[in-house]
Amino acid sequence: MKLLKNLVGWVDDRFPLMDTWKEHLSEYYAPKNFNFWYFFGSLALLVLVIQIVSGIFLTMSYKPDALLAFASVEFIMRDVQWGWLLRYVHSTGASMFFIVVYLHIFRGMMYGSYRKPRELLWLIGVAIYLALMAEAFMGYLLPWGQMSFWGAQVIVNLFSSVPFVGNELSVLIRGDFVISDATLNRFFALHVIAIPLVLAGLVFVHLIALHAVGSNNPDGIEIKKHKDANGIPLDGIPFHPYYTVKDIVGTVGFLIVFCAVMFFAPDMGGYFIEANNFVPANPMQTPAHIAPVWYFTPYYAILRAVPPMFGSQFPGVVAMGVGAVAILFLPWLDRGAVKSIRYRGPIYKMFLASFVISFIGLGYLGMLPVTPIYTLISQVLSVVYFAFFILMPWYTKIDKCKPEPDRVTFK
Amino acid sequence: MNAINKLWMLVLLLAVPMLASASDAGLHLDKAPGDLGDKASLQRGAKFFTSNCLACHSAAYMRYNRLADIGMSLEEIKAMLPEGAKPGSTMSAAMDAASAKMAFGVAPPDLSVVSRVRGTDWLYTYFRSFYVDSKSASGVNNLVFPSVAMPNVLGYMQGDQELDHATGKLKLVTPGAMSTAEFDATIADLVNYLDFMGEPAKLVRYKLGYIVIGFLFLLLILSYALKKEFWKDVH
Repeated sequence: MKLLKNLVGWVDDRFPLMDTWKEHLSEYYAPKNFNFWYFFGSLALLVLVIQIVSGIFLTMSYKPDALLAFASVEFIMRDVQWGWLLRYVHSTGASMFFIVVYLHIFRGMMYGSYRKPRELLWLIGVAIYLALMAEAFMGYLLPWGQMSFWGAQVIVNLFSSVPFVGNELSVLIRGDFVISDATLNRFFALHVIAIPLVLAGLVFVHLIALHAVGSNNPDGIEIKKHKDANGIPLDGIPFHPYYTVKDIVGTVGFLIVFCAVMFFAPDMGGYFIEANNFVPANPMQTPAHIAPVWYFTPYYAILRAVPPMFGSQFPGVVAMGVGAVAILFLPWLDRGAVKSIRYRGPIYKMFLASFVISFIGLGYLGMLPVTPIYTLISQVLSVVYFAFFILMPWYTKIDKCKPEPDRVTFK
Repeated sequence: MNAINKLWMLVLLLAVPMLASASDAGLHLDKAPGDLGDKASLQRGAKFFTSNCLACHSAAYMRYNRLADIGMSLEEIKAMLPEGAKPGSTMSAAMDAASAKMAFGVAPPDLSVVSRVRGTDWLYTYFRSFYVDSKSASGVNNLVFPSVAMPNVLGYMQGDQELDHATGKLKLVTPGAMSTAEFDATIADLVNYLDFMGEPAKLVRYKLGYIVIGFLFLLLILSYALKKEFWKDVH
């Protein structure tokens, strides 16, 4: 014990070890009224670590080569010790990452976590989400199955609809005129090092920003308004040990769900791993039905809902892009008198509910083949999706809010 | 919390009919009666596969010695090896791909992961859905895979089926070497084996899953107790 103390002292003279520990854990005061929804932040961090560690081991056996990639994945599944487990950890982790992040974002929307003073924290979070989408998209090419190939082909082709520079842009992304070995190699490089570095950096900045402004809570009120004589928020509790022990419960609960999927249904009926991706990529044979993985399908449905204008797909591509980054603007669109849904009026609740329905509905339609009726439903849902954002300054202002409590609600 | 519960109820109520309405019907597939725990069935399927299917198809990711997973001894595995192959060799087709392509118009696909592409129900139905069709080049057609290039190599076992165009159902017109029950059982074994070959880890995946999740539930109880203990002093 004395030895440990000396060691910590030695480090502390040269690095702010105890200060860092205190500032971010033992003396970081978080509101005591966090509920279920507050698990997903720490879970997102957990999944990031899971993905990085399993990814490192997969990289040891995977071959980023158009002739070898598909076979190397089967080699991992069959001949590498525990290779099948590593691969399923990574493939399940990819989908779980999006589930966790979508719930984390939705938590922020419900409780107004993007409102002042947390605008920058929110922007960093949106940047993480965009980086995550790029990471997932490039990773999905690596197994080099039919869906990998044709999914990438469809998405990269979208860039060629950009006026004037489209063709050059898409060739720049692919490194070739079609998805090929060159594309596979650069996507591999971006997937295993470039974007993970960006992600790790952004996550670090996200946490620093969070600890500077302090966590929001389900009541959407600032705990820093009421402090004791020592300057500690009356409704705050030290993150460690209170939220570390609570997050352990969340982590174990999450791992149960994670393992249930991974061990018993890693394909999730074709939603997490598509059946067609067990056919090696074949540039000569277009599959009858190409759908991206489930986490991209809401935006894909928006893309397909917009008809071509002036002979160009570009308006649809713009709508898809704006749809993906729309949450970026929430801090400046929301004019509500309160932050949390607990004290919002019925109009906001109705709009948020219709937003959730449109997002899930678009996600479902994005997986289906195009039919006139599905396109019509997609168009209606796209309007609902965008109306949530465009009309927000108006409906949050006229909504009848309930009075916020002075202190947080804690049973 | 109450408002949120209501919101979720609303979301679910509105989302459910939308999800339910869009599942398409497609062709009816018979349920494959597979059981990966039945080692005898898997071994029968493996023998049937290596002695019939490997004539034209390969299973390029499947090693012969992996058959030890379904309880075959090294001697049994060695006995079924083609000439020049070692127990660690992957399964290659007897016919080379170029001549197969000449004979059938397409190269017969590799079957290592066919069960993951098609699903076991599709395979089980496919093998039993060939019927005589004078319009096709091979003289046969298939209900679940129209204009399939593969000839009905199992026809001598099953016998000839004809399609009743009014009902869309198949009926046996000339009996084969096996009764319908025997043939169905043989195909069930084959599909069971294909399921194993598509993902050999399946044999251990489920067992390990129960152990891991069992452990996690114990950990959940302990971690919850720990949380309760710490949170006693939060008021």
